[in-house]
Amino acid sequence: MKAKELADKLGLKVFCGDCECEITGYYVGDLLSWVMGRADEGNCWITIMNNLNVCAVAKLLSFSCVVLCEKVLPDEKLLEKAKAQNITLLGSDDAVFATCKAICDLNC
Amino acid sequence: MSQSNSILWSFDVDGKNFDSAGFASQSTKFKLRQLGLNGDIIKRVAIAMYEGEINMVIHAEGGVANVEVDEDKIIITLTDTGKGIADIEQAMREGFSTATEEIRDLGFGAGMGLPNMKKNSDELIIDSAVGKGTKVTMIFAI
Repeated sequence: MKAKELADKLGLKVFCGDCECEITGYYVGDLLSWVMGRADEGNCWITIMNNLNVCAVAKLLSFSCVVLCEKVLPDEKLLEKAKAQNITLLGSDDAVFATCKAICDLNC
Repeated sequence: MSQSNSILWSFDVDGKNFDSAGFASQSTKFKLRQLGLNGDIIKRVAIAMYEGEINMVIHAEGGVANVEVDEDKIIITLTDTGKGIADIEQAMREGFSTATEEIRDLGFGAGMGLPNMKKNSDELIIDSAVGKGTKVTMIFAI
């Protein structure tokens, strides 16, 4: 599934990015080193972190997209950098668990 | 000793500046891709180098990151003149961190930095002296 389809089906906000990347898996986490050590390329990363370092991790691991949950907005620097690097940044009004459940429901 | 056909590049890592943290590792990832290296080694180098960069930003006043690509290996050397590591064995333990609350709020300080560097490199050498600084060498076999 492409990030665009996920955004459409779950009604996610698109903060930036072309949403064209193929999602090949999912990873949830907020501790950046933890995420870096365990997530895989192509993952859709579900988190509540909204600072600039999210961009570095997303880029280094070549994530397909990042979903910020709990109505969290990307801070200004993150949004600016994500736009410049064409990182697809999405937003969910739901909590992390509810967002994950909605994704699981889609994939089942 | 560097061989004549090795490729070298280096970066100044700015201390206490989280805005530029990741620049050296992202640039290195891009260069390694241009050199035609495979995705797995690029990912490992990028992760390990980013962790090293972040450590230099958090714990030292920045430093220098050197990258050397030989025919059979990549060598990353991270050198800083920060406070040094008092107990390397303890620092290597997953979950151990001396990062402040402020740093943790940024999503760091999980105590995974050095373990991630060890996990992703083929060889990790840490040379540190308290009050003088730290030199981290990571070797990746190609």
